[in-house]
Amino acid sequence: MTGPLLEVGTRLPDLAVPPILRTTLALFAGGSGDHNPIHLDLDIARSAGMDDVFAQGMLSMAYLARLLTDNFPVESLRSYRVRFAAITPVHARPTCQGEVRDVSEVDGERRATLDLSVSLADGTVTLTGEAVVACP
Amino acid sequence: MGLSPSLIGTAREGASLLVTRSRLRLFAKSTGQQDPIFIDVDAARRASHSDLPVPPTFFFAVGLELPAPLDFLTDLGVDLAALLHGEQEFTYHRTAHAGDTLTSSPVITDVFEKKGGALMFLVTEAPVVDQDDVLVATMRETLVVRQLAGAGA
Repeated sequence: MTGPLLEVGTRLPDLAVPPILRTTLALFAGGSGDHNPIHLDLDIARSAGMDDVFAQGMLSMAYLARLLTDNFPVESLRSYRVRFAAITPVHARPTCQGEVRDVSEVDGERRATLDLSVSLADGTVTLTGEAVVACP
Repeated sequence: MGLSPSLIGTAREGASLLVTRSRLRLFAKSTGQQDPIFIDVDAARRASHSDLPVPPTFFFAVGLELPAPLDFLTDLGVDLAALLHGEQEFTYHRTAHAGDTLTSSPVITDVFEKKGGALMFLVTEAPVVDQDDVLVATMRETLVVRQLAGAGA
């Protein structure tokens, strides 16, 4: 991070993602290699009991990773994990948030552990997680 | 269904992916990535990368680089309509770049149930190595299979 030293309680600036389009889901299928048609094909989604297609969980995890790499060099990431809590509908507007929970010395480097979440405009939390980054 | 703890220790089919700039740019475009180091080789080099760096979650694509990556689940009798991605974790060992060939070697490390069998959990760990067999990342995936109404045990 180019700003001040990270401390417990430091909040990263929120990353607000524009509404997710069906086009986004198609492009992400190609980019991510996840070709599961439940995210692309309304007929398949309906046959699985859904009203509509919905976003790939890994798309939200990728958005949240942007919050990390916007604030820390990609090579400083030590670990990153999430739990998928709710599906993300088409047209949803995810907001990615992160806050430093802990800072400690590990293997001779200073590491910050961040609590992470993605939530939608209606308050639904779609994803929670944590990341560990090496920091100055 | 065929999901049982006897699967623990089973190796799943691995996969390899030659990471191209083109594929990383598609990933960047589809995730709204604006940071030029993931898109522009000159920007990446100015940031001391040898080429476009692989973003944190792209490694998941390595395991999907199979003709039919979900076949192992249908072979186990899993209805894909009942499948959920429960958790995903990455541990990073070094940075990978466009031009690297990444290979995953997944092993099933846990199978357990909750809610009296209404939910089955399948945990897979997959080290990812590069073309020099150097460990780049380790992936850990938790899949959840719901027992659909009317489905037999």
